[in-house]
Amino acid sequence: MSQFVINLLFVGASFALYIGIAIWSRAGSTKDFYVAGGGVHPVPNGMATAADWMSAASFISMAGLISSGGYANSTFLMGWTGGFVILAMLLAPYLRKFGKFTVPDFIGDRFYSRTARVIAVVCLIVASVTYVIGQMTGAGVAFSRFLEVSSTAGIWIAAAIVFLYAVFGGMKGITYTQVAQYIVLIVAYTIPAVFIAMQLTGNPIPMFGLFSTHSESGVPLLEKLDEVINALGFQDYTADVDNKLNMVLFTLSLMIGTAGLPHVIIRFFTVPKVADARWSAGWALVFIALLYLTAPAVASMARLNLMTTVYPEMAGQVENYDAAADNALQYEDRPGWFRTWEETGLINFEDKNDDGRIQSYNDSNEDFADTAQERGWEGNELTVNNDILVLANPEIANLPPWVIGLIAAGGIAAALSTAAGLLLAISSAISHDLIKNTINPRISEKGEMLAARISMAGAILVATYLGLNPPGFAAQTVALAFGIAGASLFPVLMMGIFSTRMNSAGAVCGMLAGLLSTLLYIFTYLGWLFIPGTNMLANTPENWMLGISPLSFGAVGAIINFVVAFAVSRVTKAPPQEIQDLVQSVRYPKGAGAALDH
Amino acid sequence: MADDKSNAEAYWKANVRLITGCLIVWAFVSYGCAILFRPLLASIPIGGTDLGFWFAQQGSILTFVALIFFYGWRMNKIDKKFGLEE
Repeated sequence: MSQFVINLLFVGASFALYIGIAIWSRAGSTKDFYVAGGGVHPVPNGMATAADWMSAASFISMAGLISSGGYANSTFLMGWTGGFVILAMLLAPYLRKFGKFTVPDFIGDRFYSRTARVIAVVCLIVASVTYVIGQMTGAGVAFSRFLEVSSTAGIWIAAAIVFLYAVFGGMKGITYTQVAQYIVLIVAYTIPAVFIAMQLTGNPIPMFGLFSTHSESGVPLLEKLDEVINALGFQDYTADVDNKLNMVLFTLSLMIGTAGLPHVIIRFFTVPKVADARWSAGWALVFIALLYLTAPAVASMARLNLMTTVYPEMAGQVENYDAAADNALQYEDRPGWFRTWEETGLINFEDKNDDGRIQSYNDSNEDFADTAQERGWEGNELTVNNDILVLANPEIANLPPWVIGLIAAGGIAAALSTAAGLLLAISSAISHDLIKNTINPRISEKGEMLAARISMAGAILVATYLGLNPPGFAAQTVALAFGIAGASLFPVLMMGIFSTRMNSAGAVCGMLAGLLSTLLYIFTYLGWLFIPGTNMLANTPENWMLGISPLSFGAVGAIINFVVAFAVSRVTKAPPQEIQDLVQSVRYPKGAGAALDH
Repeated sequence: MADDKSNAEAYWKANVRLITGCLIVWAFVSYGCAILFRPLLASIPIGGTDLGFWFAQQGSILTFVALIFFYGWRMNKIDKKFGLEE
């Protein structure tokens, strides 16, 4: 059976499962549509949250980024897990007690203001749509590689599948579908990692393998990796970073972005009790950690595997790295996976010194230029796109074809589950917050459902269109989504619970200040609405204000939001007594059951 | 009524104190051990690198999981103590 047929079988079987579940649990009433009847147990809810949360960025692209950046990119690991601690302690239990359906519901009621609600809807839509674009692009790449279609066709297939189960299933369909997706994606991620950890270190558990001894050379794996990439002019994998401020702010941005993203928060409205909201966050993080503890192992092992594929003599005990570097892989002898990925254009080889061998090294390192010249190298000849690392990993390690089919199904599950959760958040923001609670309060339940489905379809079309013509790399788009959510929604949600004195004027000004300052900073370096060539400053570290990258600015935007909201609220009127009572009631778990029958 | 109110206030204070403690640990392992204090931990070797690297790639994640469950467990006890559980 060819690899193509195997991929088709795995992807097809997983789809049949998701669609089957979506049909089986089709939403009945409006409430079912949004929050799955309010009765999802913390463990399945944690799994669904994990599937929701772990997108194409986590599954497909994160290990690749860590692999190329080493220690410096640990920010993704800490940022995307640490946010759940904030969520569990500062937001989830109280929003569950509040007992409404959506994030703008809370902001609109707590700040007794239609303006605040509408601004929250805008923040939510901007953050979610940008996020979905990244997922559509990711799913498109995965489909095009594994089903051997063009990336345009891949994106349209992804759009059709998401449309089917998100529009017809509603939240309940999504909750149980996402439990299935979680299982598919964690199995797909773990199995190849276990095989590779066994091959390299003899330890079947990847997270322990990372700190074990590399079997072939007898030195610790990370030390071996440092040696190999050092011999090729790269900085140590484990090297410390100089710009600690940027690293701290980037981690913080990802953390508060996690806590501010509406599709994750909405999950905590679906548990039966306030205490369950706390446990749900814990379970979600357990299921996420299973992947996040494996990812750094995948990253370092894949880098080592890739380098020793190019320089086979570097694999074992190496006396002389110069000699080993001379015997790089002959281009003619390149393995099968190299050829298939070359066809997608995501691996590129250019024989700059015409020696028929593949030289992969760091040609931007000036200290290394002399060594490269002595070896007769005339520039790096191999470019490997970071995003293919996880998908190509099983092939690089020569694992059986079914493992490759499995990882195809997993990558697609990760992209689709997040896209579906985000689309639900977008559709409920439009139908529920904008139409029912702002424009036309007399809309019937049927009309509201229809509006939800139409806005979902509309959002899919917009995201698909932008996914076909993406504004930038998926990672940049996703980081923007985090920056926006963290800078605009997180601070007001938190102050809405922890400060009785926070009023509507403060919240409105805070959200606007956070949102606009973040967008302004990002667009300055990346172009207005990401249109290439419209940026006012080149996106290089020398131009960044205080060395803060546009990706890290969400944390600064959040601080601006806090300060503005605090200052404005002190000079304007305190919120009315019933709002202060509302804040008090949100703080205590007692009586949450009643609030559910909204 | 006055008793209810002071009871509720004491409950909220206990919650905020617990959150503060947990967030200090949260910041200490991630921003502290994994980033800012990494040079100080450089002398402690672990599997081919130093302790700070371990905190950045595994230690902080494990601590986060433990923190959330610790918080959930303590809060359940506090809910009961103040009679505010569901």
